[in-house]
Amino acid sequence: MIHARALEKRYGDKRILRGVSLDVGTEDFLLVTGPNGSGKTTLLRLCAGLAAPSRGELSVGVERGRLGYLGHEPLVYRELTAHENLDLYGRLYRIAERRERTGMLLERFGLWDARHARAGSFSRGMLQRLALCRTLLHEPSLLLLDEPYSGLDDEGERLLDRELAERVARATFVVATHEPERLEQFASARLALA
Amino acid sequence: MTYFADVGALARKDLLLELRARDTLPAMLLFVVSTLVVFHFVLPAESSDLAATGLLWVALLFTALLGLSRSFAAEREQGVIDGLVLAPSDRSAIWLGKALSILAFLGLAEVIALPAYALFFRPVDAGLVGGVVLADVGIAAVGTLLAAMATASRARELLLPLLFLPLAIPIVIGGVGASVSGEPARYLGLLGLYDALFAIICWASFEYVVTE
Repeated sequence: MIHARALEKRYGDKRILRGVSLDVGTEDFLLVTGPNGSGKTTLLRLCAGLAAPSRGELSVGVERGRLGYLGHEPLVYRELTAHENLDLYGRLYRIAERRERTGMLLERFGLWDARHARAGSFSRGMLQRLALCRTLLHEPSLLLLDEPYSGLDDEGERLLDRELAERVARATFVVATHEPERLEQFASARLALA
Repeated sequence: MTYFADVGALARKDLLLELRARDTLPAMLLFVVSTLVVFHFVLPAESSDLAATGLLWVALLFTALLGLSRSFAAEREQGVIDGLVLAPSDRSAIWLGKALSILAFLGLAEVIALPAYALFFRPVDAGLVGGVVLADVGIAAVGTLLAAMATASRARELLLPLLFLPLAIPIVIGGVGASVSGEPARYLGLLGLYDALFAIICWASFEYVVTE
């Protein structure tokens, strides 16, 4: 699914990622760990196509519409409601039954009662739940998750555990985290960035 | 048809955001009307209509610049541009949707500005209206692309005018010419040609602006 050789990323003089090579097969679960500034986020952005490598080779064997990306920002409009945000993404991803799918995800992540509230009024944890709904909306076959538990309360963490457990057998995961213990149960491969 | 459905969804989203936040259109309206009021008192009473028309175009151009500087604010501040870029829709749909919403804001600003101009200076004729409509298309097309480029930069407030104003010179030439010339068709043709040429260039190149 993902093949990288001697991947390097620079921003100006600063080298963020140096000589990373990896192979991620279909339905693999790659756990990416490392201290702050080690390039975890950059690696995920490269895999998502949001940034281009400065050197090395990278191929991601999935088309854009089958990729789910969860970054540090929830990537939702604060002036739109939770439902309007998901509806917009549902249209752009051409999801045939987007109303049902949107409603189902909002319910699963405990946001159904807040579906008509603007995202700007959400707490950090609610925004993360909404971001997870956005990421999973189109049933991606490759999931790139950057610190997915960030901001979630205990219930939110349990909900995410359940989602991951259900999807681990039918999707490929690359998950960046500085708390790998929680995700060890799912991991089939590990990459430690220095 | 899915392309135009994407464009419609994106443009509708921008209009909804403006309806909720009200942070661009009111500023544009206030700016253009107050500028015309200032010009009304600045221009000597014996000034020609030509000078007033020139000032109208200055006011319209800077009003457009004000709107363009806010056009990608939501995408920049909330990082949503990444979400739009990752969607499987053609990335030029982001440009077209945004350009259409900017066109709507410009049109609404001018619905107020042109009667105010007629009140303070001289009646508005068909050449002027035609020039303004065609100029808006060019401003929206070029301005959207440049606003997207500038938004990636830390010096975006400085960069957008520096990029936009030189490219807007043909729009000003065509607009002023259509407004004051006895034969506005020539200038309207120039504006139409500019619009067509730059719309195609901006449509085709937007993908490279929003991806690294």
